[in-house]
Amino acid sequence: MIKAILIFNNHGKPRLSKFYEHYSEDTEQQIIRETFHLVSKRDENVCNFLEGGMLIGGSDYKLIYRHYATLYFVFCVDSSESELGILDLIQVFVETLDKCFENVCELDLIFHVDKVHNILAEMVMGGMVLETNMNEIIMQVDAQNKMEKSEIKTRHILSCIPQYKIQYHSHHSCHYYGDLTVPLFQCTSRIRDH
Amino acid sequence: MALKIVKGSIDRMFDKNLQDLVRGIRNHKEDEAKYISTCIDEIKQELKQDNIAVKANAVCKLTYLQMLGYDVSWAAFNIVEVMSSSKFTYKRIGYLAASQCFHESTDVIMLTTNQIRKDLSSPNQYDTGVALTGLSCFVTPDLARDLANDIMTLMSHTKPYIRKKAVLIMYKVFLKYPESLRPAFPRLKEKLEDPDPGVQSAAVNVICELARRNPKNYLSLAPLFFKLMTSSTNNWVLIKIIKLFGALTPLEPRLGKKLIEPLTNLIHSTSAMSLLYECVNTVIAVLISLSSGMPNHSASIQLCVQKLRILIEDSDQNLKYLGLLAMSKILKTHPKSVQSHKDLILQCLDDKDESIRLRALDLLYGMVSKKNLMEIVKKLMLHVDKAEGTTYRDELLTKIIDICSQSNYQYITNFEWYISILVELTRLEGTRHGHLIASQMLDVAIRVKAIRVFAVAQMATLLDNAHLLTGNMQRNGICEVLYAAAWICGEFSEHLENPMQTLEAMLRPKVATLPGHIQAVYVQNAAKLFATVLKNQEGNTDSTTAQETSQLMIERLPLFVQSANLEVQERASCILQLVKYIQKLQQKDIEVAEEVSALFAGELNPVAPKAQKKVPVPEGLDLDAWINEPPSESESEDEQPKAIFSKEEPKHSRPRHTEVDEKELARRREARKQEQANNPFYIKASPSSQKVYQETAGVEHIPVVQIDLSVPLKVPGLPMSDQYVKLEEERRQKERAEKKKKEKKKRKEKRSGRGKKHDSGPESEEDITPAHMVDIVTEEMPENALPSDDDDKDPNDPHKALDIDLDKPLADSEKLPVRSHRAAEVVKSPTEDGEMESVASQEPKKKNSKEKKEKKKDKDRERKKSKDEKKKKKHKHEEKEEDLLRGQADEPVVQSEETSEVVAPPTSTSAEVSDLDFWLSTAPVPSNTQEAATVAAEAAPVPEAASGTAPASEPDEPKDTEMEETKSSKHKKKKQKKEKEEKEKKKKKKHHHHHHHSDGGGEESVQNGTVEEEEPLPPMSNYCLLAENSYIKMVCDIQGNLQDGSQVVVSVIFENKCDSFLKSMEFNVLDSLNCKLQRPEGSGPHDGLTVPFQLPPGVSNEARFVFTVQSIVMPQKLKGTLTFIVKNEDSSTHEKLDFKLHFTCTSYLITTPCYSDAFAKLLESGDLNGSSVRLEGINMPFHHLLARICFHHHFSVVERIDSCASMYSRSIQGHHVCLLVKTSGQTVSIDAKCDEPTLLGNVLDEIKQTFSQC
Repeated sequence: MIKAILIFNNHGKPRLSKFYEHYSEDTEQQIIRETFHLVSKRDENVCNFLEGGMLIGGSDYKLIYRHYATLYFVFCVDSSESELGILDLIQVFVETLDKCFENVCELDLIFHVDKVHNILAEMVMGGMVLETNMNEIIMQVDAQNKMEKSEIKTRHILSCIPQYKIQYHSHHSCHYYGDLTVPLFQCTSRIRDH
Repeated sequence: MALKIVKGSIDRMFDKNLQDLVRGIRNHKEDEAKYISTCIDEIKQELKQDNIAVKANAVCKLTYLQMLGYDVSWAAFNIVEVMSSSKFTYKRIGYLAASQCFHESTDVIMLTTNQIRKDLSSPNQYDTGVALTGLSCFVTPDLARDLANDIMTLMSHTKPYIRKKAVLIMYKVFLKYPESLRPAFPRLKEKLEDPDPGVQSAAVNVICELARRNPKNYLSLAPLFFKLMTSSTNNWVLIKIIKLFGALTPLEPRLGKKLIEPLTNLIHSTSAMSLLYECVNTVIAVLISLSSGMPNHSASIQLCVQKLRILIEDSDQNLKYLGLLAMSKILKTHPKSVQSHKDLILQCLDDKDESIRLRALDLLYGMVSKKNLMEIVKKLMLHVDKAEGTTYRDELLTKIIDICSQSNYQYITNFEWYISILVELTRLEGTRHGHLIASQMLDVAIRVKAIRVFAVAQMATLLDNAHLLTGNMQRNGICEVLYAAAWICGEFSEHLENPMQTLEAMLRPKVATLPGHIQAVYVQNAAKLFATVLKNQEGNTDSTTAQETSQLMIERLPLFVQSANLEVQERASCILQLVKYIQKLQQKDIEVAEEVSALFAGELNPVAPKAQKKVPVPEGLDLDAWINEPPSESESEDEQPKAIFSKEEPKHSRPRHTEVDEKELARRREARKQEQANNPFYIKASPSSQKVYQETAGVEHIPVVQIDLSVPLKVPGLPMSDQYVKLEEERRQKERAEKKKKEKKKRKEKRSGRGKKHDSGPESEEDITPAHMVDIVTEEMPENALPSDDDDKDPNDPHKALDIDLDKPLADSEKLPVRSHRAAEVVKSPTEDGEMESVASQEPKKKNSKEKKEKKKDKDRERKKSKDEKKKKKHKHEEKEEDLLRGQADEPVVQSEETSEVVAPPTSTSAEVSDLDFWLSTAPVPSNTQEAATVAAEAAPVPEAASGTAPASEPDEPKDTEMEETKSSKHKKKKQKKEKEEKEKKKKKKHHHHHHHSDGGGEESVQNGTVEEEEPLPPMSNYCLLAENSYIKMVCDIQGNLQDGSQVVVSVIFENKCDSFLKSMEFNVLDSLNCKLQRPEGSGPHDGLTVPFQLPPGVSNEARFVFTVQSIVMPQKLKGTLTFIVKNEDSSTHEKLDFKLHFTCTSYLITTPCYSDAFAKLLESGDLNGSSVRLEGINMPFHHLLARICFHHHFSVVERIDSCASMYSRSIQGHHVCLLVKTSGQTVSIDAKCDEPTLLGNVLDEIKQTFSQC
C-alpha cells in the first residue's frame, strides 16, 4: 500500500500532497516538513530509499523518492510494494506529466495542481497502484479533459480554460524562485524495467 | 430568476480562479497569511451563491489551500453540493476536494450515500470512475455497508476501466465492512482471470494485500496464483504474486518446494531487476520455511547470495541497498552463507549513504563471532565518534548493544571489556538511549556473577564523576546510567573497595537535580551502602566512625525528604527515621550492623520478561469479573508513574519495614518468606546465595585490572576498551601458542596435511575460551508457565477483522445489504443497461438454481428444488417469449432478488483442502517431468484405471511422492545412477496416476469448483511428448497468451536422459506464413533461440517460447529442430533432435469464466453458428468428462444441472465458444456454438479425439 504521495520543491514548498490515510492538516504539514528535511539533506548519488521511522506508519514504511530538477517526488509505502517497482512508478508518473503538460516544469505543477491530482488518480487509487501503462493513463486523462472541455464550451466559462503556458511565462521573469521552468524530465532518463 | 443568473455570471467574471489565487499568493510573499485570509473570506462569499460554477471554483481553491495546511472542513457541505453537480467538471472538483479532506468523522459524509450510489450507476463511465476514486479515499463503515453491493455489481461492468477501479476499491470496503469479504470473494477470485490485464492486476493487488495480513485463508488460491505466475508476462502482477508466495510459504513448506524451480528460472531469465529482486526475496522466504527438510537447497542459497552480491557490488546505490536488505533475511537462517561476504559488508559501513550504512549495520548483527566481536565493535566505536549528534549515532549505539548482547551474550569472551564499552558509551552526549545502556549494565552485573567486582568498581567511578555525565540534565538521556550505577553499587556493595566514598558521592546535594526515579534509587541504595559501611566499621572496634557515618546520613537525607517527588520523599523519610533510630542504638554501644544488613538480605534473580504473563490462571478464577462494583466513572484514573525498568518493579513495590524491632522484623521476614514461597510471582532466592553473613574479606581478592579508574572519563587518547582488545589478542595468542605446541607434538606423531591447514587458518570459534568463567544466570520463569504464545498482534489492527475463512460455503444470512424497501426505484447496474429485459428476468432463476445446487447442507431440500429448477430450465425456451412480455412487470421484484444473490457460491472446504494437498504433493512441474514424460510416452492419460486407483492410494500418497521427489530432484551421483533410475521407474509406474492427477487435476477442480461433491478427479496432464532420443526428451504444452491476441506460449520441458552434460541447446522452428516463432530483435528469421539453461545429467528444466499466430481457426504443425552439445569429461559432440510442434485449435482457447447471464445473452445474440457432435461409449462419470473438457480444452463450466452442463471458452482472438453437453447412458452429445464455424469444427474434432483415446 502507498500511504502518501508528496511533491515538494527544493525549498520544501508543497506542490502536491496526497494522503491515503487521514491526518489533520497540521500533521500533514509536519509530515511534509519532516520528509523534506530528511530527503533534502541527502546527496544526489545516494540511494532513493529512506526508512521513514516514526514519521508515518512506523518501521514497515519506507520513503521512496526521486529528485527531478527542482522537485522531489516522494512516495511513502509499506513493505507490500516493490521498491524498484515504485521507483519505476514515479518515473511513469513524471513521464506522464511530461506528456500531459508538454515538457513539464515546476510551474505547471504550481498552477495546475488539480490536473496533477487527476493524472495521479488514474495511476494510484486509495493507496493501491491502479495503472502503470502510460498510454492507458494518458488516454483516460485525455478523455476526461475532453469531456470537461465540451461541458465548459457550452457554458462559456472563462475560468478553467488553461492558457497557462503563455500566462505564467510572462510572470516568470519577475520571480526569484530560481528557474522554475527547468524541464523536470529529460527523455534520456533511465527506465529500469520493461 | 433570470436576472439572478445573469448577475451571477457577471460576478463570476471577477472571481479569482485557482491560477489567480496561486499567483496572488506568490505575489504576497510578505503577508501571505493575511492575503490568504482575505481569499478565504472571498471563497466564503462565493460559496453562498447559488451558481454551481462559482461554488466549484471556490471548492477548487479550497483544495489548494488545504494542501498549504489550512483547515477547510467548514466547507464540507459545499463540497458535497459540488459533488452532486450533474456536470462532470464540477463533480470531479467536488470529489477531489472530498478525497483530500473528508474522513470518518466528517458528519456530512452520510449525506453522500445516495449521491455516490447514483454516480456509481451513471451511464457515463467517468462519473463512475471519479466517484470510485473519491470513495476510495473517504469510505466509512457506513458507506461501505451501503455501497458494497453496488460496487460488487460494478466488478462485472462491461468497461475494464470501471472493473479495475471497482475491484481495487473492494479492498477498502473489506477493511471498513469485513462482513462483505465472504460474499464478494468469489467474484474477486474470478477477476484474477479477467481478460483485461488491468483488472487482473487489480485483483491480484487486492488479494495480495488481503493475504499479506491473513495468509492462511488464502492458501487454497495457491494453485491459481501459481498458474498466473507461470503464464503472466506483466511484471507488476508477477512481483505481487511472488511477494504473495513469500507470505504463503511459511505456512505450507510443500508450496515452497514447488516454487523453487520456477523462481530459479525467473531469476536466470528475467532482465527486470525489480522482478529478479522479488524472486530472490521469495526464494529466501521459501528457504527459510524449508530450513529443515530439503537437503539440496544449498544451491539455491548460493544462487541468492551470489545474485545479492552482484546487487551490492553494483554502482547503483538502490541495488546496493536492496541487496543488503535481502541479505539480512538470509542471515537469520543461513548465517554461514552470508558470513563469507563479510568483507563486502564491512566495506558498506564506510559508504557515504546513511541508508546503506544502516542496512550494513543490520547485517553486522549476524556477522559477529567470538573471534571478531571486539574488532567489529572497535570499528563501530570509531564510527560513533565520527557521527556526533546524528540519529545515525543513536542507531550505532543500539546496534553495538544488540550485537554484544545477542543470544545471551554468546559472543562476549571478556565481560570486563564489555563493561568498559558500556562505560565509554556513557560519554555520548544527547543520546536518547541512556536507559538502554543502563539496562545492559544492570543485566550484565546481575547475570554475570564473576563480573560484579569489576562492574561495581566501574560504577563507583561513574557515580563519583556523575557531574561529567549530567552536564545539562534536562534533555540528557544519558543520566539514566546513574540509575544503574547507583543500584549496582548498592546491591553489590560488598564488592566496593571504598564504600564510604561511594556513599558520600551518592548523597551529594547535586543529586537532587537528577530525575525523580533516579533519586529514589539513590536514596534506597544509599541505605544499602550504609548497611555495608556499618558492617565494615563495626568490625574495626572504633565506634566513632560508624557514628560519623550515621551522622552523614542524617545530615544529607533531609534534602531528599523535601523532594517534590513522592517516591523519593517517602523512601528518604523512612530511611531517615531508620538511621536516627540506629544512631540512638549506636550511642548506647549496641551493635546494629547485622540487623541493618538483614534489611537488604537476599539476592534478586533476573526474571524473564514474559514471566508474569506466563503464570497460568488458576481454574475458576475470572480475572475480568469485578471484585467490587466499579465506582462511578467520574473518578479519574491516576496516571501511572512511568516505570522505566519493569524488571525492577518487584523490588520497588516490596515494602521495606523501617522498624528495627528485632522480633517484629523476624516475624515479618518469616511471614514474607512464607508468602513468597506460596506466591508464584516471587522469585525465590536460593539459600546458598544469601549473603547476609558472608565475610567481606573478598575485597582483597578482586582481580586488579590495570585501568586507571581515577582518571576522569574524558581522557584524550586511547579509549580504555582498546586495551582489552590488545590484552585479548595477547591472551589468544598465548593460547594459540600453547595449542600449537600441543599440535606440533601430535603432528610429530602422525604427520597429516590437516595440521598445516590448522596452523595457517584462522582459529575456529570453539578454540576461543572466555577470559574468565562466566556464569550467566538464566532468567527465571514461574512454575507451570504456559507454553509460549506469541500473541503480540495489535488488537486494533483493522486487518484482524478480515481474518475470515473464505472456503466455507456461504450461509444464507451472509448477503450484502441491499436496499429492499424501495423496490420501485430500481437501480440498474450499468452492465445491464440497455440490455433486453428478458435476460434480466431469467437471471435470478439460474442463479437460484446454481446457488441452491451447491449448498450441500440442505441436500434434501436441494434435490427437490433442483428438480423444480430443471423443469423450469426445460421450459426455458418455451417461456422465453413470455418472459419478454412479462419482463417489465416482473422487473422490480426480480432486481431486488438478483442483487441479493449476486454471489457465486464458493467451493466446499474439504474438497478445496484436499485439492490443495494434491496440487502440493508433487514436485514442481519441471522436476516431475520425468513422471509426466513417462506418462506421455506411454500414451495419453488412462482415466478409467486412474479413477479407480487414485482414491484408493490417496492416503499414503503424500509421503511416497515426497520421498520420490527428493530423489528425483536430487542430482544423482554417477555411480548409483542406474540403480536408482530403475528403482524410480518402478515407483513411477506405481504412482503415476497421482502425478497425472496432481499435475492438473487438483488445480482444475479448484478453478471450477463444480466437482467437489463427487469422487476425486482422474489424473490429467496437458504435457505431451514432443520428441525424444537417447540424450534428451522434450514434452510440451501450448497455451494462448492471455494478454495478446496473436500470441501462443509453448512451454517445453527438456529432460536430460543421458550421463553427459547437455549445453548450448538451440531451439529452432521453420516458420510458416501463419505462425512464427518470436525471436529477439536483430536476429534473422531462421535463427534458433538459445535455451537459457544447461542440463546436468538427469535434470530437467522448462523453457518457454512465444509464437505469433495470425489465423487461429485451423490447427497447424510446425517442423523444428533442437541442436545441442553433449559434453562428456573427455569429448563433446553436436547432436540434434527433430520434432513437430502441433498447434491445435484448443491451444488457442483460454479458460475464461463466464456468468450464466452473459452466457444466455451470448446465445441469444444470434451471431453464433451451431454445430454438434456425439460421443459414444463414454463410461466415465459426468463430472470427469466435464473436468476433462475443462482441462484439456480450456473450457469453464458455466452451469451444470445433473447430466447437462453449459460450458464456455474464448479464443485468444476473442471468439466465443459455447458448449451444451448432455449425457444419457454412454452417449454424450455436445451442441456447440461459436462465431467462427471452422474453429468450432476443429475444436469439436479435437474433443472427440480426446475422448476416443480413453
